[in-house]
Amino acid sequence: MITFTLNGQAQRFEGDPEMPLLWYLRDVQGLTGTKFGCGEALCGACTVHADGAPIRSCQTTLGDLSGVAVTTIEGLSPDGMHPVQVAWRELNVAQCGYCQAGQIMSAAALLKDTPRPSDEAIDDAMSGNICRCATYPRIRAAIKRAAGEVQRKTASSGSAK
Amino acid sequence: MNGITNLSRRAVLMGLGTGTFILAGGLGLAAATGALAEDAPKKYGGEAMPGGVKDDPRLFVAVAADGTLTIICHRAEMGQGVRTSWAMVIADEMDADWAKVKVDQALGDEARYGNQNTDGSRSMRHHFQALRRIGAAARQMLAKAAATQWGVPVAEVTVDHHSLVHAASGRRLGFGEVAAAAATLPVPARETLVFKDPAKFRYIGRSDVGLVDGFDITTGRATYGIDVRREGMLYAVVARPPVHGGKLGHYNVDEALQVPGVLKVVVLNSAPLPSGFLPKGGLAVVAENTWAALKGREKLKVTWEDGPNASYDSAAYRAELEAAARAPGQVVRNVGDVDGALKSAAKHVTAEYYIPHLAQAPMEPPAAAAQVTGDKCEIWGSTQAPQTTRETVAKVLSIPPENVTVHQTLVGGGFGRKSKPDYIAEAALLSRAMDGRPVKLTYTRTDDLHHGFLHTVSVERLEGGLDAKGKPVAWLHRTVAPSIGATFTAGVKHEGASELGMGAVNTPWIVPNLRVENPEAESHTRIGWFRSVSNIPHAFAVQSFVAELAEAAGRDPKDFLLELIGPARQINPADLSDSWNYNEDPVAYAYDTGRLHGVVERAAKEAGWGKPLPKGQGRGIAAHRSFASYAAAVVQVDVDTQGKLTIPRVDIAFDCGPVINPDRVRAQLEGAVTQGVSLATLGEISFKAGQVQQNNFDTYQVTRIDTAPKDIRVHLMPATQYDAPLGGVGEPGVPPIAPALLNAIHAATGKRIRSLPIRDQLRA
Ligand code: FES
Ligand code: FES
Repeated sequence: MITFTLNGQAQRFEGDPEMPLLWYLRDVQGLTGTKFGCGEALCGACTVHADGAPIRSCQTTLGDLSGVAVTTIEGLSPDGMHPVQVAWRELNVAQCGYCQAGQIMSAAALLKDTPRPSDEAIDDAMSGNICRCATYPRIRAAIKRAAGEVQRKTASSGSAK
Repeated sequence: MNGITNLSRRAVLMGLGTGTFILAGGLGLAAATGALAEDAPKKYGGEAMPGGVKDDPRLFVAVAADGTLTIICHRAEMGQGVRTSWAMVIADEMDADWAKVKVDQALGDEARYGNQNTDGSRSMRHHFQALRRIGAAARQMLAKAAATQWGVPVAEVTVDHHSLVHAASGRRLGFGEVAAAAATLPVPARETLVFKDPAKFRYIGRSDVGLVDGFDITTGRATYGIDVRREGMLYAVVARPPVHGGKLGHYNVDEALQVPGVLKVVVLNSAPLPSGFLPKGGLAVVAENTWAALKGREKLKVTWEDGPNASYDSAAYRAELEAAARAPGQVVRNVGDVDGALKSAAKHVTAEYYIPHLAQAPMEPPAAAAQVTGDKCEIWGSTQAPQTTRETVAKVLSIPPENVTVHQTLVGGGFGRKSKPDYIAEAALLSRAMDGRPVKLTYTRTDDLHHGFLHTVSVERLEGGLDAKGKPVAWLHRTVAPSIGATFTAGVKHEGASELGMGAVNTPWIVPNLRVENPEAESHTRIGWFRSVSNIPHAFAVQSFVAELAEAAGRDPKDFLLELIGPARQINPADLSDSWNYNEDPVAYAYDTGRLHGVVERAAKEAGWGKPLPKGQGRGIAAHRSFASYAAAVVQVDVDTQGKLTIPRVDIAFDCGPVINPDRVRAQLEGAVTQGVSLATLGEISFKAGQVQQNNFDTYQVTRIDTAPKDIRVHLMPATQYDAPLGGVGEPGVPPIAPALLNAIHAATGKRIRSLPIRDQLRA
């Protein structure tokens, strides 16, 4: 049996430990916000957080998840108001939108570690995420917009403690 | 705002349960006018499409008692933002409050909504005026209802931001308060409609409207075809014949059935060639989840009978196309005496260009769910083409098209691939095979690349003659490419009128002797539409060649291009041997050389054309008319001493006539620029022994954020006349990008690349 948390909820999984997290999320849990794009860690559409770090759920098996806290796009923010989500909406980043959950999860993880990312840091963190609609200029702009916001929030929650 | 919701409960029309939703009489009339006598004037645009254009407000507008305005969108949303732009037009004409607008997606129903297939960059082009009529009629009905309630002349009622106002008495009513009464009123006749003064537009032409699906997309709630879940649903993948036209040979499914979760392996028949939209057949593995289905498929033991395309080989095929391009072919346009002029020219320039097959590779691979109940079928699918879907599903199930209900989901990228419903037909066949349980069929990326409807492959050969002063005197273009027509009709070996009309025949050049030829090319795979279609190879070759001629003439490429375009004039496309013209009126949608000239000048000016650049950098320019819009791009490149290519900046000037949603037009052009860069630098699908050689994004590479142009500047030509004809938006940005890029590389390095993709040709 494998135990882990999914968007804060405890999970026990007794099936095949080889099952990729992606298909567990989509088909078993019905959390379809995490997308399938390539199945081989080539496109980033399936990006989720494992203990806060971005991972490709298509290449992560349930057997890998023992004791891990998994966050999907559905769990990134209770009300959809994570600064990255807000910036994404303010700049109308999405075209078809299909890649954007993965983009947002990669961007949120980047900003947690690197509150003021340079263009090179954005390239490094985001080049694993393909957008076939090529919304890249707005992704870059939205990350920069969210960066200020993440920093401000971190600072204020820090001082509140 | 909600995402895609099911329409069947939407019996709300300007008030609850008024029952006026059923338009049997109206539809009968529309059908009758659709079959007018032969002497009726020829129809163009949306009116010429099957199902035509509908503008009855009762089909598209519902106002609830609380004032919520539900607008029905019948176009596929695949990233162009049409659900937002569509609603913006109706809401603006109604003078509605955007905060109270909700967008619902229409079921696939051509008789009811008119033509819904979403392709050809025509959603706004074909529907903008109809949407205005819908909004104006709904507004007038609401005003009339208020006037009746107040007992005042309707002329005294004004509409103000979701309210009706009687200024003289200071009275005011919300839309919701008169909706029920308005719904009982007759729809005003078209001649009596009064349109809003464009100066008063709140949404049209403005960039501050958020996407109606923005919240759902950024929170993972948006539903695409691949996300559909139905009670008791099963999951399927299909092993298909690897060669186009092949079929199942021997097989053994025992091991596949051993995989936990696998329920059944179903044989699907292969349609004979030409197979059109029909599925390729093969073996389907149906399971309790996608992963089990995938594992089961790996365990299938199959041999295939490859059929007539087993020797399709891209290298050999290229040689065939080149040989064909070096001999005369069917003449499709001829002006003057090209052979004589080439012979006597002071300079004779020849160049051959090659562009391979491309796959659309939308990020959401093809996917759909289906449920067959008796002789009825319900589809939940990611499709650009609900009509084609209904017809194709009906055909494979042998049921009437009316028995097929198509629920349109968001489309996770289409680019033409999802105009073909082969995958949806597979889902329908599998649901029937599983005794009517809902089945979701998913393509893997490999399935998508191996079983696509690919962009054509072509060789374009150009010859040009210059006189002693460097003036062009002769132009000969041979275009050789397998046609989309061959996917549907046996024996098609020439490009069709629509393919030739995408920039091969219809060049407006000031050249006294000009000939275009189309030698034969046989098709060995499924060819289909890819964003911008044949404009891609034609613009790539033609606009590269213009720069090559300019070089031979010792001229600046921009000046030379402008001279070729010549003075501003309105050319009937028929005079350019283009009988198609995107199915638009040849007069209203003439080839306007002034507009092409305008975008060239604008792009050049904005990009700082002619200003010096550091060593290793260069600018290239290209322009192209497609989908009744005009686009010109200046690409700036940097090629370092190792041959590494970066693109610091692209300026694209665009003239599509009236701009409805500037933010989405900009977004489409931003995307088009990088997609153009992607196909030029990396794009290639190739065949060996009849099979596609690329399996995933490692071998079929697409541009990522780190290699995308760093700075894309979109320059929209000012549009003030909302009565002017609209051009397309989704596709016309792509064609000028590849040639502008190649011209820039030439300017930076002196190297002329004529064979795509560029890949590592600069590193040599
Ligand atoms: S689906 Fe996991 S990276 Fe593409
Ligand atoms: S928005 Fe369509 S793939 Fe990124």
